[in-house]
Amino acid sequence: MKRILVGIKRVVDYNVRIRVRPDGSGVVTDGVKMSINPFDEIALEEALRIKERGGAEEVLIATIGPADCQAQLRTGLAMGADRALHVQADGVIEPLVAARALLKLIEREQPFLVIVGKQAIDDDNSQTGPMLAALWNRPQVTFASKVELLDGKARVTREVDVGLETLEVDLPALVTTDLRLNEPRYVKLPDIMKAKKKPLETLALASLGVEARQGLKLVKFDPPAQRQKGVRVKDAAELVDALKKKGLL
Amino acid sequence: MGVKVLIVAEHDGSKLNASTAKSVTCARGIPDAQITIAVCARDAAAVAAEAAQLVGVHSVIKVEHAANEHALAAILAPQIAAVAADYTHVLGPSTTFGKDVMPRIAALLDTAQISDIMAVESATRFRRPIYAGNAIVTVEIDPARKIVGTVRTASFEAAATGGSASIESASVQVELPTHTRFVSVSAAKSDRPDLQTAARVVSGGRALGSAEGFKILYSLADKLGAAVGASRAAVDAGYAPNELQVGQTGKIIAPELYVAIGISGAIQHLTGIKDARTIVAINKDAEAPIFEVADIGLVGDLFQIVPELERLIG
Repeated sequence: MKRILVGIKRVVDYNVRIRVRPDGSGVVTDGVKMSINPFDEIALEEALRIKERGGAEEVLIATIGPADCQAQLRTGLAMGADRALHVQADGVIEPLVAARALLKLIEREQPFLVIVGKQAIDDDNSQTGPMLAALWNRPQVTFASKVELLDGKARVTREVDVGLETLEVDLPALVTTDLRLNEPRYVKLPDIMKAKKKPLETLALASLGVEARQGLKLVKFDPPAQRQKGVRVKDAAELVDALKKKGLL
Repeated sequence: MGVKVLIVAEHDGSKLNASTAKSVTCARGIPDAQITIAVCARDAAAVAAEAAQLVGVHSVIKVEHAANEHALAAILAPQIAAVAADYTHVLGPSTTFGKDVMPRIAALLDTAQISDIMAVESATRFRRPIYAGNAIVTVEIDPARKIVGTVRTASFEAAATGGSASIESASVQVELPTHTRFVSVSAAKSDRPDLQTAARVVSGGRALGSAEGFKILYSLADKLGAAVGASRAAVDAGYAPNELQVGQTGKIIAPELYVAIGISGAIQHLTGIKDARTIVAINKDAEAPIFEVADIGLVGDLFQIVPELERLIG
């Protein structure tokens, strides 16, 4: 079956104002709204569009994390994914561990395309995609803004610092999504009901033979340095004066 | 083995990118580090010569191969991973180049990566921003493995030139994949300073209203000798090309002067500018969050203020 695998991460919703715990042990996540990482939502949307155009037969979503992550998998199923895999794991899951777990799922499911977000908006690591492509020994195209599937190949445009770069890769391959690839659809109520009946399989991380090794010890968390409060000027002339005073003009 | 840092050079085949000189400054913060820059290219001579001039660099190694004509992560990573055998640390810039290639190297070396290093506390302890810069985490990495990291370039000054490091050639015997091919790149040609490294940046948001409206910024930027940037909203709306985007998912910059025009100041945008020395905000909404971080704020109609500003600067 022509299958696309999409990696999904549960993160603090992008609208939540992040606060560091006073004891520096982390950020406040109790009672905070959680969502699918926005870049992963774009990844899922792209997979769904490819399937809707006849380019794939099944869209499979997967996540690695605690039991709560199933809520985000259900949202993904409601968006239109056919099937979900939940790799159950508690505690910190670093990108290399996530990549190892996803590799095991790739070996089992044999997708021709894997799409993940370019970064998760919690740890901002931007690592899992390229790490997975390395372990899989397959092509990677990061920061995609356009994906075209050809016969056995993909032509992908990526957003890079100088502009737009286009690469051609043999399939299977891994793609990470940038913001302008698409706009994810909204979930409709009947789809939420339907999603409850779609298959969601749970696997233990250890059963995949993957160890939740933690390479980085998180020593402490601090709030960022705050900028000093500035001044208001009333017109362009005052602005020019203020800039001159600072030696900027 | 002492502390030996390998820096993966970013370049366009003929010139070194400024992000490399900033990575050198980050590496110099690691106590007793001996720094080597690796230049992967088809012909690395010119870039290697430039890298050898960076102060604090001990040596430069050229990794030359016809397949290195374009910086493709799948092709560069196995070569760097092979060269990395002799080093304790491997660093690259946290630009789209580094974000693409460094995690691929880390995975081949079977080690975790520290992304966006903003401060070095020791050879194994670093600080980095998370949650769009709303928290800073201090991480400690196990020195038993190679330490791979990307450098948040806005946090470091460029290393000075005037050095004279030795230049060597490395022969790397690894099989390179053919599954990834470069097709094209469309880079807007501009005489303006590079956004990533410019001392002054004039940036516009959705309030510019159109690609046509956005042009008034170019004119002001040219008067100031500034680079032009844009908010995500302006890029999404098609007023400006993607490479101008400043913010969490675009470029993170640290100019002397940042002029935000018609930008409301979403958290993800502020993440990209919080290291700017002076932030000026011009916006008609007095409650816009951009004013929370601005050193100088001006509430008003940008379509009146910008031309007047341009006239006053002369």
